[in-house]
Amino acid sequence: MENNKRYDNHLELLGWAIGGKWGIERYLYTLHRITGVGILLFFVIHIFASSGRVFGPESWKVTMIVLQNPVFKIGEAFVFIGFAFHALNGIRLILIELGFMVGKPEQPVYPYQSSLDVQRSLRIAVMVIAGIIIVVGGIDIFFLA
Amino acid sequence: MNKSGSWIFFIIAGVVIFVLLGLHMMIQHLDGILGIFNPAGGSALDWDNVIYRSKSGFFTFTYIILLAAALYHGFYGLRTIVFEMGPRKQVERVWTAFFWAVGIVLFIVGTYAAIAVRTVETAL
Repeated sequence: MENNKRYDNHLELLGWAIGGKWGIERYLYTLHRITGVGILLFFVIHIFASSGRVFGPESWKVTMIVLQNPVFKIGEAFVFIGFAFHALNGIRLILIELGFMVGKPEQPVYPYQSSLDVQRSLRIAVMVIAGIIIVVGGIDIFFLA
Repeated sequence: MNKSGSWIFFIIAGVVIFVLLGLHMMIQHLDGILGIFNPAGGSALDWDNVIYRSKSGFFTFTYIILLAAALYHGFYGLRTIVFEMGPRKQVERVWTAFFWAVGIVLFIVGTYAAIAVRTVETAL
């Protein structure tokens, strides 16, 4: 009962999609979590795959032949996209958490100024930077590598 | 460690990852454009480039730091998601112990590889 009261409003995973009318902030939150879990999953596999280099060049060559499969190429692109988004959005979250880019405290005089409006420029800036990094990474992964 | 202490470590680990993983991504996935720390040229995954970085003290050290920071940050984040599902306190403790155990095993595997590879034969 006490547990129910503590989490009175929780929607579990559904809250990631419909947890409030907070606009883009809610979807950045959701994407941050999805990319975070995806990167962690990849990271666990990556630790074992790259640790294979201790078995020497022949073993590494076999690993590289497996990784040349187009599925892994697309996977690499997804990891890169996830990294670029998660890293830039993470920096935005840390800046806001530390009190940067949220505007100065003001008297609550109508029309009220939401700190979410003040953060819009930071949000746009980090997404543009993430977008540029993703495009550059995509060119390298698919056309230059 | 209290809750805010472990959260501050989570944030610090995030910044460490931003720097070191940023470098890692530039080396590994922008190799066609930048070509940094790939002295043999070609792909960053070519054996000569891999072994060059693996035998460097700087990369061995930063791989281990990145491994620790990423495992801590990743499993702390996953734990946060699990906790938001509202498990009981006792179940929360089991999850915490489980994530620590998995993280430590992965850290040992990755650290062993980062150190052991320094003695591997370089010639293909």
